Amino acid sequence: MTNWFLIIYCGLITFFTRFSMIALLKKEMFNDRVREVLSYVPSAIFPAIIFPAIFLDSAGSIQIEDNPKIIAAFIATIVGIFTRNIIATIFSGLASYWFLVFVV
Amino acid sequence: MTNKLKIFLKGIKDVSPLMIPVVPFGVIFGVLAIELGFNGYTTMGMSIIIFGGASQIIFLQLFSAGASSLVILSSVGAVNSRHLLYGAVLSEHLSDLKLSWKIIISYFLVDQAFAVSNNYLKKNNDKNKHFHLFGAGVTCWIIWQITTYFGIILGSVIPDKLGLTFAIPLTFLALLVNDFRKIINVIVILVSGTIATLGYQIIPFKAYVIIASLSGLIVAYILTKMMNKKND
Repeated sequence: MTNWFLIIYCGLITFFTRFSMIALLKKEMFNDRVREVLSYVPSAIFPAIIFPAIFLDSAGSIQIEDNPKIIAAFIATIVGIFTRNIIATIFSGLASYWFLVFVV
Repeated sequence: MTNKLKIFLKGIKDVSPLMIPVVPFGVIFGVLAIELGFNGYTTMGMSIIIFGGASQIIFLQLFSAGASSLVILSSVGAVNSRHLLYGAVLSEHLSDLKLSWKIIISYFLVDQAFAVSNNYLKKNNDKNKHFHLFGAGVTCWIIWQITTYFGIILGSVIPDKLGLTFAIPLTFLALLVNDFRKIINVIVILVSGTIATLGYQIIPFKAYVIIASLSGLIVAYILTKMMNKKND
């Protein structure tokens, strides 16, 4: 049951972020500094999910050698830089991962 | 055809091309949730209650890693905060709406709907122009629910051996594709990622996500300040 409460709270947070955008915030409330720093939020938070999921093994220890995820993520990054396409990035990463795990 | 319906349909039409990448995204979410041990009802419930791709996937990742509720909630809040900016842009177009409409539109306001409707709202001054955002949002909602459902079905068939949970870091990596070419972004990415990796075992409650993100933001703040000084 606690799962459901957590999901509902997450839903409320998401809703109120959007609601505050429409109903409360005004453009003038953000000076250039705040605007600039907010634009770095994705670059600050997403790597905190990305890096551990790539560099750590299932026990949580750092695994550099013999880790196909590092190579696959590297390929996905290159594809991302050149295509700027979200789906191409995800699938090139998955395909290289499967290739390294099941074929090589 | 009434004016409202016309604008509503225009919203659907404008957002449709943006639905192509949403389809695999929704399916990936559904599959991942099942792989990580959530049941179909909870998975569907997440898509209906939270209705936000990045928030839902971060929820999956942290929940299955055993993060505390507080860490999960603040991470979802942080993920959403990246949108605060564009709402401030929208508010000037929607300030005359009734509260009930603001509530409805807030629920449906996702990236894709924002992107197309912001353009429309800027160019049109019809008193029913919010129906454009409504139409675009409802379209995103329907696609998201259907693809989640497909993901749930697919997730119960796909073997665990495929290691599909690797799609989580890939998804977030893909959301950063526009930032890889900017030097400050790259530095922030490396700082946050390194702190998260090293702190994973040491920082309690899996709060490494919060600590790493905050460190990244502080670095961004310092670097932008230095850059601005140089340009003065």
